[in-house]
Amino acid sequence: MTAKTILSRPVYGTLSPQPGRNHLFVADAEGAAAILDMAKATPEGFFADAHIMFVPDDTGTNYVEAVKSLQPARFYQGPTIAAALPRLRQTLATAHMGLRIYLAGSEGLIGQAMQAAMEAGFDPSSIQTEHRGSLARRVQCVHCKGITENVTTQPVTCSHCGLLLLVRDHYSRRLAAFQGVCINAEDPTESPQAEEIFR
Amino acid sequence: MGINFRKETFRDDFSFRNSPEQIRRFPFPFHEDSYMYAVNIEPHTPGPKNTVFEHLIDVDEHYISEMEDRALVLAEDPLRCQSLPHMTLAGWDLLELLMTQKAESYPEHFSLTRDGDNWHWINRPLGIDDRFTFGDVSTLPYGPMAYITRQSQGDFCVLDQRDGNLWMDAGIVTTQADWSLDFDIGMNFFEWHAPVPLAHDMGIFNRALKFLTNIQQGQPARRFNWTMTINPRLDTSPENYHKWGVDRTTVTPENVGQKVHLRVELQTFWRLPRSNALVFPIRCYLIKMDELVTSPKWARRFHRVLRDLPNELAEYKGLTRYRQTVVEWLSQYDDGAPTSSGFGPD
Repeated sequence: MTAKTILSRPVYGTLSPQPGRNHLFVADAEGAAAILDMAKATPEGFFADAHIMFVPDDTGTNYVEAVKSLQPARFYQGPTIAAALPRLRQTLATAHMGLRIYLAGSEGLIGQAMQAAMEAGFDPSSIQTEHRGSLARRVQCVHCKGITENVTTQPVTCSHCGLLLLVRDHYSRRLAAFQGVCINAEDPTESPQAEEIFR
Repeated sequence: MGINFRKETFRDDFSFRNSPEQIRRFPFPFHEDSYMYAVNIEPHTPGPKNTVFEHLIDVDEHYISEMEDRALVLAEDPLRCQSLPHMTLAGWDLLELLMTQKAESYPEHFSLTRDGDNWHWINRPLGIDDRFTFGDVSTLPYGPMAYITRQSQGDFCVLDQRDGNLWMDAGIVTTQADWSLDFDIGMNFFEWHAPVPLAHDMGIFNRALKFLTNIQQGQPARRFNWTMTINPRLDTSPENYHKWGVDRTTVTPENVGQKVHLRVELQTFWRLPRSNALVFPIRCYLIKMDELVTSPKWARRFHRVLRDLPNELAEYKGLTRYRQTVVEWLSQYDDGAPTSSGFGPD
C-alpha cells in the first residue's frame, strides 16, 4: 500500500464489481491478482462481456492462465504499457455508454490508463483502481519536460537532460507523472547518494 | 499626468529599481510584527491615491519593462501560457475586464472603443493599435487570454468552476514564485495547493475555496502572499530553477541591501460574466532591502517577521540558505521600538 502523502496524489481503492454489462480491465504485473481476488465475489457471467488487457511485466506467465480462465469475451496480453496504450485508446474511443473501467497494478499503469480514459471523456471518479506491486514512479522533469519511467531511486538522474532530480510527491493526473525538480540547483557540487525507495 | 515608465531589466544586469514614489506605494504585506497563514481575503475596492489600490488593475512604472521580460520568457518556453480547449470564452471575458479597467483608469495610456463586436484597442506605452472582432479568435494575433495578458503585469490563472471546486484550466505564468503551470494545469484547488505545508491541516484551503466559489460578478476580492527573491528576477520558475537557484548562495552581509528583495504578490479574484470562471491575477511587486529600510517601520517589522518565521515556512519559501544573513543585516535597523498597527510606512 502507498502511504498517505499529499492531496494531489491519487488515492487507490480495492476493485469491486460494478453494475452493468461492459467491463474493461487494464492491469500490469501483480495487478492481475487484484482482478482474480475481485473475481471471487462476482456474479455468474460477470466476465461474459468483459475485456481484459494485461501486461505481465516481471510476473512472466504466473498469472496469464488464471486470468484467461475467467473467460473474458476478449483477452489481450501486451509486452509493455506503452505498447498497450494505442489499443486502450482505441477501445475507449469506441466504447459504448456505460462501460465500467477497472485499473490495477503499478502506479504507472494506473496513471497512464487513467490519463487515456480522461482524454476519452471518462470521469476519473467513476473508475475503479487498486494499487498492487511496484511503487516505481513516472517522473516528469520540470526543467526539460521529459518523462523518466520506472523511477525507483531518490534522487534520480533525468533520462533526457541528465539533471539530478528530487522526486516530489506532487502528482499530475494530466501528465500521469510525479514532479522531478533539480536537487542540487543551489549548489551543483552537492551530489546526494541515490537511495532505492520506490520499490 | 502619465506614468513615468522605467527602462530596466529583470535578468542579466538586473537594472530594476524602484523610484522613491514607487517605494512609498509599495504594498507592504505585514499588518503586525509576525506572520502565519490566514484566510486573509478582503474586498478588492479602490483605495487611496498613490497606493497600488488606487485602481483595481494597477499599472506602474515597471509596466513596459515587465512586458518585455514576459515576451522573452514566452519566446524561450511557450508552455508558460496554456489554455485548455473549454476556456476560450473565459479568455474573452478576461480580455474585456482588463481592457475596460485599463482604459477607464488610465485614459492617457489606453483606449477602448466598442461598436457592437467591433473593438478598437490602443495601448500607447507598448505601441499597439488593433481592431478586432470580439469573440472571433482569428482577428487577434494570439488567443484572447494570451493577447491581453502579454499587455498586463502579473501572472493570471483562469479557473473553471464545477463540481463545487475550482480547476486551474488556463493561465499565463512567467513571474511565478516557484510553481509550474505546465505541471499544475487541469488540477483542482486542493491538488495544486497540495505541496503547501501546514495550511491544509489548518483548514485554510477549505475555507478559502468556500469563499472563492461564492465570489459574485462586480465584487472582486484580494489577498497578499509573499516570499523573497535574490536579485530582482521575475522569472523564478521551477523550469529555470537549475539556472537561478545558485543565486541563493550569493548573499553576503555586504550585498544584502541590493541583492535581497521582498517579493509581494497581490492576488485578486474576479468572477467573469459569460463563462462564470474566476480569474486570479497574481501581481508581483519587488523591493530591495535598501529600499525597504527607507521606512523605519517596515525595517523593524520585517526584521521581526523574518526572524520569527516558522522553519517549515522558511523552508517552503526557499529562504533557508540566506535567512540568517538577512536577519542580522536587518537587525541594525531594529531598535526594539514598538511599531504602529496597519500596513502603511508611517
